[in-house]
Amino acid sequence: MIANYGYKDGSGEFFIAIDTDKCNGCGDCVPVCPAKLLAMADDEYDPLSEKTVVTVIEEERKKIKYSCAPCKPASGRGPLPCVAACTPGAIAHSW
Amino acid sequence: MAELQEFWRWTEYTWNNPDIDWRKAKRIAAGIDVGSVSSQALILADGQIFAFSNLRTGSNSPDSAHKAVNGAMKDTGMELSNINYSVGTGYGRVNIPFANRAITEIACHARGANFMAGPKIRTVLDMGGQDCKAIHCDERGKVSNFLMNDKCAAGTGRGMEVMADLLSIPIKEIGELSYQVDKEPAPVSSTCVVFAKSEALGLMRSGWSKNMVLAAYCSAMAHRVSLLLGRIGVEDQFFITGGIAKNPGIVKRLEKELGIESVKTKYDSQIAGALGAALFADTLLQKGGA
Repeated sequence: MIANYGYKDGSGEFFIAIDTDKCNGCGDCVPVCPAKLLAMADDEYDPLSEKTVVTVIEEERKKIKYSCAPCKPASGRGPLPCVAACTPGAIAHSW
Repeated sequence: MAELQEFWRWTEYTWNNPDIDWRKAKRIAAGIDVGSVSSQALILADGQIFAFSNLRTGSNSPDSAHKAVNGAMKDTGMELSNINYSVGTGYGRVNIPFANRAITEIACHARGANFMAGPKIRTVLDMGGQDCKAIHCDERGKVSNFLMNDKCAAGTGRGMEVMADLLSIPIKEIGELSYQVDKEPAPVSSTCVVFAKSEALGLMRSGWSKNMVLAAYCSAMAHRVSLLLGRIGVEDQFFITGGIAKNPGIVKRLEKELGIESVKTKYDSQIAGALGAALFADTLLQKGGA
């Protein structure tokens, strides 16, 4: 399942998309996020599965444009820490 | 003094199936959907819909949950202790004292839509009281992709209630009236309910009829929702849940914009969340929960 965490407003679309089928539950992405947006949890959108997957912390979902900004400087961005740390390639950003 | 009429108020009601004797049922499962505007409780007896209620949410989630479930059990002789397993969902889901488990409303709406409209449903749009969710699901009603917009109340049921109140038009008549215009007006440009309200006032001052304003507001809402759906893609078949599904002023304009018809069913679109929750409760019960 692709879980889109984030929002859309007048200034654009800001979503972190997590592919829970690709996520293997390793948790490598959690410590590398400087804004501490990520956490491991039960897959809340598939209540019958027992799998643990990464999610964006609920209180952070409505402000990711600002929380993620330090990793995305206008002067050109390197690889995003969360995306780079994810071996199975389950994390993507929409902006 | 003339009695104050509340134009936004929609009818609360309860329903039960007199043909089912719940005392003979082996499994009684309940789903309680405490939303931002409305609360529903639905009871399944051996997987069949036995009773449900559709009420307004109060300021207190536990009270609203009790009110909803008591409403559904009204006149049936059933008591809270007869329910074997209950699942809470919606905004107030973490605050329902008697629920055995809380499940997100996205999973519940997909499951409920799957039951109501059949396994061919791929795209579910839940137009709720305070947010709007676009969900893509598989043939078992499992979510495969979703998007939620809860940052803003434009394009939601509450926005519609505000408009009904402003224009003094009963909320149920909005859909019909919005088509009684000579020419379809351009949509209002504001995406925010509060600004849309001031824009609507401005339009009326400049001589627009109420119906014209409604048409402009409905098409703005339909357009906004279609943009949200665009991100996850609309796949046949398409189903709308939530209170706005009862408003043809939005539904038909949205269908026109997307170029796809939505599936209509005999069920009340507002109960989809509670139905999904009850179906999860029934499954968990069979798995040996409780």
